[in-house]
Amino acid sequence: MNTSYHIVVCAGVVPDPLQALEPAPGPALKNEMLLPAVLDPWAAHALYEGARLAREHAGSRVWLVSLSPRVKLQQVMMSVAQKALFELVALDGPASGFTDSAEVAAALAEAIVTIPDLDRSRLLLFGGWESAARGAGATLQMVGERLGILDQFQGVDEVRVEPDGSLIILERIEGGRHQISRCAGPPAVLGWATGSLPEPPNQPQIGMQNMRGILPALQRARPVALPGEGLTFAGAWLPSQQRQTRVVKDLPAGEIAREIIAWIRG
Amino acid sequence: MERILLLLHAEDSGAVSRLELEAVTASRNLCCALTGAVWSVGLVGRHVGPAARRLAGCGAARFLSVSGEEFSVPRYASDAAAAEALVRAAGATLILAPATVRWNRCLAGVAQRLGGRVDTHVTRLEAEGSLVEARRWYYRQRMEATLRRSRRPWFVLLDPGCALPWSGEAGDVVIETVAAALPPAARRTTVIGSRASQAGEQTIRPDASLLFVAGAGWTKQQPDGKTHVDEAARLILEFVRKMHASLGSSKSLVDLAAEGQAVLPFLTHLHQVGQTGSTPRHPKGLATCCHGEEPHVVGWRFIAERRAVNLDPNCGWARGKADVVYVADAFAVLREILAQLDAQAG
Repeated sequence: MNTSYHIVVCAGVVPDPLQALEPAPGPALKNEMLLPAVLDPWAAHALYEGARLAREHAGSRVWLVSLSPRVKLQQVMMSVAQKALFELVALDGPASGFTDSAEVAAALAEAIVTIPDLDRSRLLLFGGWESAARGAGATLQMVGERLGILDQFQGVDEVRVEPDGSLIILERIEGGRHQISRCAGPPAVLGWATGSLPEPPNQPQIGMQNMRGILPALQRARPVALPGEGLTFAGAWLPSQQRQTRVVKDLPAGEIAREIIAWIRG
Repeated sequence: MERILLLLHAEDSGAVSRLELEAVTASRNLCCALTGAVWSVGLVGRHVGPAARRLAGCGAARFLSVSGEEFSVPRYASDAAAAEALVRAAGATLILAPATVRWNRCLAGVAQRLGGRVDTHVTRLEAEGSLVEARRWYYRQRMEATLRRSRRPWFVLLDPGCALPWSGEAGDVVIETVAAALPPAARRTTVIGSRASQAGEQTIRPDASLLFVAGAGWTKQQPDGKTHVDEAARLILEFVRKMHASLGSSKSLVDLAAEGQAVLPFLTHLHQVGQTGSTPRHPKGLATCCHGEEPHVVGWRFIAERRAVNLDPNCGWARGKADVVYVADAFAVLREILAQLDAQAG
């Protein structure tokens, strides 16, 4: 049985989570192009899990499809390229959280169907189950629908290949539980939660190998406009979150314990 | 004129969750506020009768259903087929649903199928004449925005807390049965079941009144120059059990576990709170040995009262992110808490 996979990981870039965000008219992020960016954290987990699956199943290939400002994507690729082996498919467009998921999905699906040598009968479409930008958990399902994939899973933490080629998939559900499903095999959509892999260490050799394809892919990046048709924003703002913190120093542990117990029970 | 359809999954018992009842109120309120709107309920499940009777007094003009064994399974293909059939049958322009895992999994795909649009993490719906305005989160609860859409159908997934739960009389209703086609291609996935996380015990309790977060500091060297991971594990678990608290963690601590280091073995990514973790909703939260950096604290958005125990008086919690920060050794504080609880019990 052929259990090699064509794994396509959809991944955007988002502002580094340590950065303070401010809305700007549009809406947009203030100084968005100046903020340091990272690969969307959930999509990054999807990439690491995809790379592991590809390593374990000979003949598999991994593509990373990203719709992001080309300059930002190039910066992010300098580090991501050292983490896992993949081929980049780049689209040059906005990475803002305020873009519309349907328009992003249309652009991604169009890019995916034109990947040379992609065997859609072996396709595993990976991505994050949510994003750190739009946070929607919507784009991947729409891409899957556009590609005619009816087996979709979200909040995935584990995928296991059975001897008959079927996939055992664990998805997060309510109450800290995992739903376990058996899918007959690809094609399937897997929106990853955190999976089980830590961030891989930098591997300069993989980085060198990736960069040979990444730079031409960035050069070829097709511009994509996302007009937000029929979508009107009335406003965007930061929710108030500043508290008046009482800092308690030099209080014996016993006193602190008493105060905490009273507070919990209060 | 908006034709609103509220989608719900029906339990055999007729039980309707708080999140679903909140969505009932939101639908009802929106319909009342919108000029010329009508609303219906669409139920999906094995047997929908008990749930429909439970909601009889909610004011919906119609109750539609897709029912049968195939539709009791929480599976994308069958849930999407059911939702698609209900939306078509109702001629719905605005489709609301509670943000359950099942609806979150499939409704964006249904929106795509029907040429519509979708918004998730919606916290409020308001009407102005015949216009609908949705308020929702962006950037993982770090920014909010209000928006309108002209494209229909518009699918909206409602976050918890969007309205008060509906309560009303049960009664008899007329249920219109809708047929949903499930081709062989939609049966390639079989749901085997579910299981608790492999944390050894159920430490995630969504109904708990307290969230207890363990940070990476629990695994660091203590004043005697050694780590005390075993004691940390014992203290944390004992506290969580005695206080019936929900256990959370920071990403850094969970990552240490994933890297194979000898750390708190009961913590997994499921416990992770923050940017790449969960955003739990508890009335109170206590953070220990955790710096309170922004990527973690965004997961505390819906924790009303926050306290922290940390050795660093300048940690993130002290900079306006917690109500109280105790500058103290968390080991000592937890030992004292457990001793005092024992004394009170004994």
